[in-house]
Order: sequence, then C-alpha cells, then structure tokens
Amino acid sequence: MSSFLPPSERIWWKTPIGKEEVLWIGIALVWCLIMFFMMPYWHIYGKQNLSNEAYQTTAPRFQAKVDEMVTQYKIGEQAGIPIVKPPAGSDVYMLGRLWQWYPILELEKDQSYRLHLSSMDWNHGFSLQPVNINLQIIPGYEMVITVTPDQAGEFTVVCNEFCGIGHHLMLGKIYVKEN
Amino acid sequence: MAQFRVCPDSGFYFDKSAESLMKANAVAGAVFLLVAGFLGLGVILTRWQEVHLLPADVFYQVLTGHGINALIFWIIFFEMAILYFASSTLLRTRLAAPRWAWLGFALMLIGAVMNNIAVLQGNSSVMMTSYAPMQAAPHFYLGLILFAVGALIGCFVFLGTLVIARDDKTYEGSIPLVTFGALTACIIAIFTIASGAIILVPTFLWSVGYIGHIDAAMYRLIWWGLGHSSQQINVAAHVSVWYLIAGVLFGARPMSEKVSRSAFLLYILFLQLASAHHLLADPGLSSEWKVFNTSYAMYLAVLASMIHGLTVPGSVEVAQRAKGYTKGMFEWLRKAPWGNPVFSGFFLSLIIFGFIGGITGVVMGTEQINLIIHNTIYVPAHFHATVAVGTTLTFMALTYLLIPVLFRRALFLPWMAKWQPYVFSAGMTLMILFMLGAGTLGVSRRHWDMDFTGVMAVAGIGGVLAVLGGAMYLIVTVGSLLFGKKLDESAGLFQGFGVPLAPSAYTVGQPERLPMAPKLAVEQHGSGGMEAPGTFALALALLVCFVVYYFINWDYLASVWPLS
Repeated sequence: MSSFLPPSERIWWKTPIGKEEVLWIGIALVWCLIMFFMMPYWHIYGKQNLSNEAYQTTAPRFQAKVDEMVTQYKIGEQAGIPIVKPPAGSDVYMLGRLWQWYPILELEKDQSYRLHLSSMDWNHGFSLQPVNINLQIIPGYEMVITVTPDQAGEFTVVCNEFCGIGHHLMLGKIYVKEN
Repeated sequence: MAQFRVCPDSGFYFDKSAESLMKANAVAGAVFLLVAGFLGLGVILTRWQEVHLLPADVFYQVLTGHGINALIFWIIFFEMAILYFASSTLLRTRLAAPRWAWLGFALMLIGAVMNNIAVLQGNSSVMMTSYAPMQAAPHFYLGLILFAVGALIGCFVFLGTLVIARDDKTYEGSIPLVTFGALTACIIAIFTIASGAIILVPTFLWSVGYIGHIDAAMYRLIWWGLGHSSQQINVAAHVSVWYLIAGVLFGARPMSEKVSRSAFLLYILFLQLASAHHLLADPGLSSEWKVFNTSYAMYLAVLASMIHGLTVPGSVEVAQRAKGYTKGMFEWLRKAPWGNPVFSGFFLSLIIFGFIGGITGVVMGTEQINLIIHNTIYVPAHFHATVAVGTTLTFMALTYLLIPVLFRRALFLPWMAKWQPYVFSAGMTLMILFMLGAGTLGVSRRHWDMDFTGVMAVAGIGGVLAVLGGAMYLIVTVGSLLFGKKLDESAGLFQGFGVPLAPSAYTVGQPERLPMAPKLAVEQHGSGGMEAPGTFALALALLVCFVVYYFINWDYLASVWPLS
C-alpha cells in the first residue's frame, strides 16, 4: 500500500534499483535508439521518403498551373474531367477541391514525375489506392514529391481527410501505362 | 470544525467539499460517456457496410459528437475527479478553493452542453479536429473554450491543494507516487489547454468575423498541441490509476520510486512532442523536424511507457510473491482476483494498451511508415486501444472501486460488473484488430462509404459488443448510485488494507498525518535474483511483438511506389 503513500525512504532517489528494471531500461533504450536511427537510415537507403519541397501558394495561382498542363497535354475526357498525359520526367499537377480530384493523370510505368499537389478550399487527403500512399493536402500549400509508379494499372485517389458532406464522393484517377 | 470522513473499508479520508466535487465530476463524466457510446453505436453501425445505418450527413454529425464526447468531455470530467482524489484524499488535506473548483465544474458543464448543442443543430459537423478553413458555428468553439477554462481552474485547484498539504504538513516525506503521476497529468493538461487557447480563441474570433484568415497548416500544428496532448493527460492519469489499483488491491509498492518517478518525468519532458505524429504527411515541415518530434526526441517517452509497462505489473508480482504465490513464473497472475472487475479492468487495460495501443502508436508515428497509414482507419483503431481500452477501461475499473469507497454504495448487479471488463475489452479488441487490418489495406477513417470485403463487418460486430460492455458499465454505475445498498459501516470490501473504523460521518477535524510507507528490509530490494521474473518474461514478449511488427511495416512500406 505504498503507491499511494509517501516513499518509505525520505531520500528515495538514492535507493538501489532492482535487476529486472535496470536490464529492461537498458534493453528498451537500445530498442528506442534503433527505432530512432531507422528514420534517418531510410532517408539515405530507403526509397519511400517525402521530400521537403513545398511552397506557399494560392488557389488561383495553383489553378493556373493545373490549367496550363491540362491545355497542353489533354488526351481525352472521362465524366467531364480531362485525362492528361504529360511527358515522363515532367512536372505534373493535381488539385483537390469540394468534391473532386482534378484532372485525371496518365503516367508511364517506371518513369519519375514531379507531382504537385494542393487544395483549392479545405483540407483534403490524397490516398492512392490500392497502392496505399497517403498525403495531407492543405490549402495554401503546394507539396512536391517525386513519384515513380512501378506498377501499371488503374489507381483511385480517395479523399481521406474529412471535407464535408460530399467527402466520400471525392474520387480521382491515375492511370499507369506500360511503355 | 469536522469536515473529513474516513472510509472504513479503504482508510481514505474524504474532505467534504472535495468529495462532492469528485462525485459531481465522475457523474458528469459518466453522462458524457453515455452520449459518446450511443453516438459510437451509430458510427460503427454505419461503417459496417452491410448495415450502413445512417445517411452521410447524419453519420458525419454523429462522428463529430462521438469523438468530442468520448475523447474530451467524458475523460476530462473523470480526470478532474482523479485530480481531486489524488490531492485531497490521498494527502489527507482540505481542497483548495472549493468554490473555484465548482466554478470550474460549472464552466466545463456549460461548455460541454453548448458544444453538443452546436453539433446537434447540424451546422458544426466538422469532426473533433475542426480543421480550418472548414468552419463550425461560433458556439462550437466557444463551448470548447469554456470547457477548457473550467478544466484549467480544476488544475490550479489541484496545485493549490498540493501547496496546502505541504504547508500544513499533512504528510511526511515526499508526495506519493500516485499523486506524482497526477501532478504529471496536471502539468501536461496546462500545456494542452494553453495550446488550445492559442488556436481556439482566434478560430472562434474568425468564426464570428473578427479575424479574416486562419492559416490551414498553422491551425493543424497548434491544434495538435491540444488534440494529441490531451490524450497524453490520459496516459499520465491512467498510469497513475494503475499504480493506485495495484496499491489498493495488492498492497503493491512501486518496485523503485526512482524509476517510476523518472518515467513520469520523461512524460513531462517529451510526451508533448507527439503532436508531430499528425503532421508527418503534411507539406511545409522538414524531415528533421518530423524525425525529432515524432520520436519524442529519440523515443524517450516511449521508453517511459515501456518502463511503466514493467513496473506496474512487476509491483503486483512482487506483492503477490510476498504473499506466497511463488510457484513458477505466473502463479502470481493466475491466482490474481480475475473475478474482481477492479483488477480485471486494470489488467486487461494494461495488456491491451501495451500490446496493441503502444506498438501501433509507435509504428504509425514513424516518419516514413506513416505514409501507408496516415488518415486510414488504422488511426482510430490505434487510439481506441489507447483511449477506449487504456484510459476508459482503467477509469471503469476505478469506478468499481469508487462506488463503495467514495459513494458508499454496494455494487448493483455484481455479476454484471464482473463480466463487464471482459465484454468491453473483447469487443474493443475485435473491433480494433479488424480496423487495424482494414487500415493497413487502405480503408479511410471518417469515411461514409468505404469497406474492404467485409473486414469492417467484423469490426462492426466488435464495436457493438464494446457498446454493450459500455452499457453494462453504465447500468452497474447508475444502478449502484440509485439502488445500491447504502454502506454505513465497513463492508469488509478490502480487508487487510482497510482501517476498521466507525461509521462514516464527517467526524474528523484534522486527519492524522499521512505516514511514510513502511520500510522494507534492505536485502529485499536491489540485490539477489529477480523479484518479478514473470513480468520480465511478459515484457520480453512485448518486445518481440514490437520488433517483429515494426519491421513487417517497414517491409510493407518498401513495396509501395518509390517517392522522394
């Protein structure tokens, strides 16, 4: 009954520590350090890292960049949303707005693209399925990541940040084609 | 001026005004748990795609209310009761400024009701996080602000009570470990509420039109100083309650005061950095910032939790072994009072918090692994393991102790109380495991229309079972307060720990000074072999699960599209 009584020793910080506690603290600390160093290790040797590249932007400014890409590289349309096929290695843009991802991108497998993402209004979540890559899209900020699709197929962009009543209707597309 | 009563079963002294405040706060907490649980049923029955109970707008509204009532109102009301208990009752002192404490309670109540009204009116379905520039009605934010101010007053009453106890010398030596843990919770709470004020006050002003623009990224950064840290109050509070229950049920003493207190100190120093867990997939923050903060500066707060994970059950094991349960590694655990909901609730919460809540939290808080988990239903799965099983089940277990000790009532339907922790934790665990699975497969959180081949159906069954467990808790609690037999004299509930005293009227003017714990024979501690080999084996099992699961997730991450 001493967890709720004052310690039995007035100078409690000088009492000895039991064996299993010392041992466990040692083991746990080593594990904590391993977990810590895994993150910088992955930045150097791993292939899935977020870049630190981001810019402050505004909705009209980002929209203008998207529109420029769409007029230049549009190859078709699906349900009123343009399908865009920008050249491999180029800057590609996608915007989130209530409740739509715009435009549809067509990419080539094993080619790298600089993907720019931003929101026109509220927070959105870029969730690429079934690959399962999830990013936070914040209005006023333009995120740039270099992405290299290594699978061909049709991928869905789900919005996974709640953005109001139409949130669950917000689905986008990315096509990856074998070259 | 007599103002204390002594509980004849536990020997705890209750200051009259502190006692009323504890009762009021605990009851208010239970009321909001009822609301939260009811709304939770709506959430899980909608996410169970075959049932899909609510239309989308109602679902988002209900989810908002469920989150706020469960994560904030229920828990913080109950924590106020714990703060008053850990200061006034444990230190045998009068409560500082009870009128201020009542003012705090009133503000919390008004705030909580106001916020619920805003959500109920339907124009504030913004989720608990209310990310600007999505806007709720002004009284949504105002309710939260009033609630926070009330809680802040409670924190200062707690601190004032500690000062009074020290000045009046109501205890010898240092404050007990449980009070030390509550102090940790209080310090974290003050940080939390300060963060909340910094972001919610401007957001409120923005909602009424005095401020033109709230930066969306800044909102997230500061809001999580409130949102995540408020859950760190819970960790400090429920770990303190674990130590309390171990002490009351087993007469357990901390294996080492130094180790347990240092672990709490690590919480104060590093736990708040975990706000960064929510920002790992955000633009605008550097990797260095993310790595340092998400790891609580090299996982020092994780270290603290791993320490408590050993020392809490370890203290129980040492106490049980001293009573003669020494056969093999686990006789101490097998012969524990599994039929007593105070024990089963405590121990189940400890195991599930550690094995599921702890491990998943660290894994998804790893900077890169977060890419495959951010905003999936994995996230609520994790925090149901930490908050719904860790904190809530612990508080339920404590309630079964408080009903006889604080409310002086016998338990209503004791058989139901006996099963309640098992039903609740089984349901929660089932729900959590399948939500973790669904999240790993990419199913979103906060989404009205997303399933993965029936995985969410099993989660739904678990969720319904958990709600049933919650209902059992409320039936026992409310039933005990209304119909439970009044206990005037010792009911012999905790024989061997209780001080057999006369019926409990407020007869004591000034309690005897709280003595220090009896000294142990020197050779009993810190020498010889292991005192708690069974607990050590459990801890190693935890570590093995942790390591394996951690690297499985790295492996999974390595399979997704390369990003840089």
